Amino acid sequence: MHEIQYQTVRFNLNGKDVERVVDVRASLTDMLRNDFRMTSVKKGCEVGECGACNVLIDGEAFNSCIYLAVWANGKKIRTLESLLGPNGELSDIQQAFVDEAAIQCGFCTPGFILTAVEILESGKEYSDAELRKLLSGHLCRCTGYENILRAVKKTMYKRLGKDV
Amino acid sequence: MYDMKALYQAASVEDAVSLRMAHPEAQIIAGGSDVLVQMREGKRAGAELISIQTLDEMRGVSLEEDGTLRIGSLTSFSHITRDPLIQQYINVLGEAVDQVGGPQIRNIGTIGGNTCNGVTSADSASTLFAWDAIVELTGPQGIRRQPIGEFYIQAGKVDIREGEIQTAILIPKESYANCFGHYIKYAMRSAMDIATLGTSVNVRLSADKKTVERARVAFGVAGPVPLRAVHAEELAAGQPVSLELAEKFAQAVKEDIHPRDSWRAAKDFRLHIAVESAGRAFIESVKLAGGDL
Amino acid sequence: MSKSVGKSAIRVDAYEKASGRAKYMDDLCGREALIAKICHSTIAHGYVKAVDTTAAEAIPGVVKILTCFDVPDIPFATAGHPWSTDPSHQDVADRKLLNQHVRYYGDDVAVVLAENEVAAAQAVRALKVEYEELPFVLDPQEAMKDGAPQLHEKYPNNILAHSSVQRGDYESARQEPGLIKVEGWYDTPTVQHCHLENHGCFAYEEAGRVVVVSSTQIPHIVRRIVGQALGRPWGQIRLIKPYIGGGFGNKQDALYEPLCAWCTTQVGGRLVKLECTREETFVSNRVRHAVRTHLISYVRPDGTIVARKFESFSNQGGYASHGHSINAKGMNTTPQLYPCANVECDSWTVYTNIPVGGAMRGYGIPQAMFAAESHADDICRTLGISPLEFRRKNLMPVGFTDGFTKNELYHDTFNQCMDKGIAMMDYLRKYEDYKNQTGPVRRGVGLAVFWYNTAVWPISVETSSCRMVLNQDGSLQFQTGETEIGQGCDTAYSQMVADAVGVPLSDVHVVSTQDTDITPFGTGAYASRQTYIGGFSIIQTGQALRERILNVAHEQTRMPVSNLDLVDGQIVRKSDGRVLKSLGELATECLYSTEHSQHITAETTAQIKSNAYSFGCSVVEVEVDIPMCKVELVKMVNVHDCGRLINPALAEAQVHGGMSMAIGYGLSEELKFDPKTGKPLNNNFLDYKLSTMLDHPTLEAAFVENPEPTSPFGTKSLGEPPACSGAPAIRNAILNATGVAIDVCPITPHVLYRKFREAGLIEE
Repeated sequence: MHEIQYQTVRFNLNGKDVERVVDVRASLTDMLRNDFRMTSVKKGCEVGECGACNVLIDGEAFNSCIYLAVWANGKKIRTLESLLGPNGELSDIQQAFVDEAAIQCGFCTPGFILTAVEILESGKEYSDAELRKLLSGHLCRCTGYENILRAVKKTMYKRLGKDV
Repeated sequence: MYDMKALYQAASVEDAVSLRMAHPEAQIIAGGSDVLVQMREGKRAGAELISIQTLDEMRGVSLEEDGTLRIGSLTSFSHITRDPLIQQYINVLGEAVDQVGGPQIRNIGTIGGNTCNGVTSADSASTLFAWDAIVELTGPQGIRRQPIGEFYIQAGKVDIREGEIQTAILIPKESYANCFGHYIKYAMRSAMDIATLGTSVNVRLSADKKTVERARVAFGVAGPVPLRAVHAEELAAGQPVSLELAEKFAQAVKEDIHPRDSWRAAKDFRLHIAVESAGRAFIESVKLAGGDL
Repeated sequence: MSKSVGKSAIRVDAYEKASGRAKYMDDLCGREALIAKICHSTIAHGYVKAVDTTAAEAIPGVVKILTCFDVPDIPFATAGHPWSTDPSHQDVADRKLLNQHVRYYGDDVAVVLAENEVAAAQAVRALKVEYEELPFVLDPQEAMKDGAPQLHEKYPNNILAHSSVQRGDYESARQEPGLIKVEGWYDTPTVQHCHLENHGCFAYEEAGRVVVVSSTQIPHIVRRIVGQALGRPWGQIRLIKPYIGGGFGNKQDALYEPLCAWCTTQVGGRLVKLECTREETFVSNRVRHAVRTHLISYVRPDGTIVARKFESFSNQGGYASHGHSINAKGMNTTPQLYPCANVECDSWTVYTNIPVGGAMRGYGIPQAMFAAESHADDICRTLGISPLEFRRKNLMPVGFTDGFTKNELYHDTFNQCMDKGIAMMDYLRKYEDYKNQTGPVRRGVGLAVFWYNTAVWPISVETSSCRMVLNQDGSLQFQTGETEIGQGCDTAYSQMVADAVGVPLSDVHVVSTQDTDITPFGTGAYASRQTYIGGFSIIQTGQALRERILNVAHEQTRMPVSNLDLVDGQIVRKSDGRVLKSLGELATECLYSTEHSQHITAETTAQIKSNAYSFGCSVVEVEVDIPMCKVELVKMVNVHDCGRLINPALAEAQVHGGMSMAIGYGLSEELKFDPKTGKPLNNNFLDYKLSTMLDHPTLEAAFVENPEPTSPFGTKSLGEPPACSGAPAIRNAILNATGVAIDVCPITPHVLYRKFREAGLIEE
């Protein structure tokens, strides 16, 4: 049996600089769930095919299951936990998921919301077809995606100051 | 937690080459969307990895002095699609890699990884074949350049030699100047899928847009590695633009392709789709080039 | 009394789920847990002769290896049915915790317990399993033949069960002169539930009992099955259900709870976690039965059905699980949906060497509807009559009553649903417009209806319990045995409780976590039963609580109970409408009274001896690119009559989800097996084609609200029905577009290629 290799990782998690010594074999999902208890990061397939473990790394969406924890070094990483306000207020996109009944079992929800954040932060206006493509890296079995699309679209227009 | 024996993180291209020499058994990991998946499956369990993921010097698209388009091997698919140089000179490549997996995969997946795994279904590969791309490899002896057609040896095997890593994909100016292309990914769903068949066509028309000066077509999953359909290309060169030509061009691809039967799709079905896709991609390419059809 | 029911209240768990705070099984498990990994069979059929554990045990971190030779000699049944005290109605006990006789590629042979997942996975790979291979069979009709490989001793020709229905005289009736015979074979695939949270559980011992925390739809049932499988009294098992990431029927079975519970007993009660991978979920949990259906109809030229024959062959896979009940349910639609005086029906459920068929959203009806509704359009095409008129003429008429369930069609539901659906689709115009197209790309519209029941009475017991506990501030907690798994029942129940008691919704707190030590008995999430069944115990318990509250109000106010009411959390004097006090004031005074202190609670059990028909339809528009062998969904509409809507927004959302499942069923999903080895070929999300957001059109859901008279809230089933009619509607739309009738789903490009070639639409 070889020695287990550990490495120090320094990164910014949800706005706060953090440091951990991690087993190099860990995925980012492992580190976020086990070392930081970010339980919004869900495991649905562990091979990058479902999107449940999605997080934002330097503003872009990544499946954290197929991303090594040590690669987080120097990055800004955001999980769903970062979206809540100081008094637990939901952000606009989270509230839209609530209002549009876009949540059922809730297991795909965190991943979807974070991809929506990347879309919304681009500041662009997208057509329905474009939004469907931008959200197509997430699988959902409960909703038929319909209300998820409505929630993202509604928030996009709201942020752009336009009527739906 | 991955079943990994050791992880070596390269600090530079030079360091990566040294690590390759020091650990010849180790597998290079770029984005991880293939290697980590295989490791979890047990196929590469217990392997040593050399990570080049953090080598930012291998990211980005640039134009070299002689007009060659240079795509760093670690450039992610989403960055290729969004790149202004790609959009200007070889938009079809951006469109092709915009059909890999889903958005998160396109953020992590790299063009280097996509070509180095030697898979025939890679969405970038058929377009790179169709545009006569050159693969740049950096090794202990320096830089080696190789046409992509020679880079692929057999299914799952590419020509990366001892100590080498792939550092860039190059598209010579002669290859892209005045060329317009279209890629058709044929898959069983509209996202998160691998190609049942990939068809990439591009054409260069005469100044009056009436004649095909050059047509190129390459396929993924029409053989064990991506391949060109040279009979169709020869047939179209110098011919007047017409729908009849598109049909002849499409039928002629059968001369060169040899898809196989697998549980994913039958050979006759793939052949049929190849002909249909070649015709459609040809027509679309001619239209993009300003031809009237 | 309806203040909350009927409104689109926000889900009670929405904040927890939108914020990421909702805790699912793995979020709750201690990090010190031993990891259990199963070694699955790599042959489709045979005997395990030996398991060499030497190399595996040498791997650092491996704590224990248990094999099929170590498990208790107790066969048990896994189906999530209510128990029956009548042995002839009990499920078939045909498996053990680990099996020496392995019956499918992926069966459970051994389990490794290790300190971490890498060691566990390495140890599983290091186990050397020696098999004696036996011939295997993957197809039910092949498995029925004499000489076919035999899976279970007690079931000759692998027939788990056969049942039949006869009405009138099929043989004589079909002799009527001038009848036209329409015949078809319809095939549906093996598919998987694909809930996003894989099944998993963890177990430990506490005070001599086994505690299991599981991702399950049926905590009380699983507690019983764990007890049975371990040979321990049921009271020694405690089952806890946290938030669940979807189930769709897969978790209506005891999956790995019994094995995980047994594992903890083998390591001195240490915490053991057993979490399925996605690959295991596809193969070693449950799947939807592939069913092959044979339908023959003898019809008059005007479309009247005179005689009908139905046969269906259901692929059960290696173990019985829910077994025959699913295929039998499918068969029972035949004499009801299109009633016909002369019917002969037979259904067989047959063991084969593929993964185990179990419950899945629709429970046999998506298969039956694909056959019945494809066949209906085949009749129309043969006779040259309109699919809509055929249905109007032949569907179950108003007043129809089923002799077994006593279900009655009280309203003109079918026509109301179809009228709404065809109007939303502009179906009539499109149907005509699309009739004679010639180009490579063509459009078509298709229609299909469905039949469904609500709950399981009279086949099994229907019972539901509810407990309500009043707090000092006038708010209340309630619990039912019915299970939230994502579908939204906690919210619907909260609305019902608010109205049943007479308090605002904001004062109702549901206890979502279920714990068999604490939660009143109920059988759980299945059969689209919960909103209907839970309504009975909620109304009954609500009334009991109200009675107690009003008696206390009488003590406190000296007004007669008959002149008191509880409205919106206020004690109101009926005669003048004056608010006498708030429920909070009453509750505080009552609890702390030095004269007569009471804690106001109520708990009742309702036994339900009714069932209810639930109907609706799907209307679909497709665009078919013939040379590319591709179907694009342009528009899809589902219309449902599920009685009165408790929460319209959640109902609509649930319909969307069912439509989505039907899209996959119709066009892309199929679990495939290597015919040479029985090995599953595509047990992952890349190769199993679950539809993505890009594969969906805008989904439109609409309702016809005919109140169900047997339900205290006027409601009936909605959970499963949305998955039932979409696939045949897609198939019929493709028929309308191309003239090609496709009798198999999913209708993939591979199928279209073959069919279009046969039809001469594409050249060889």
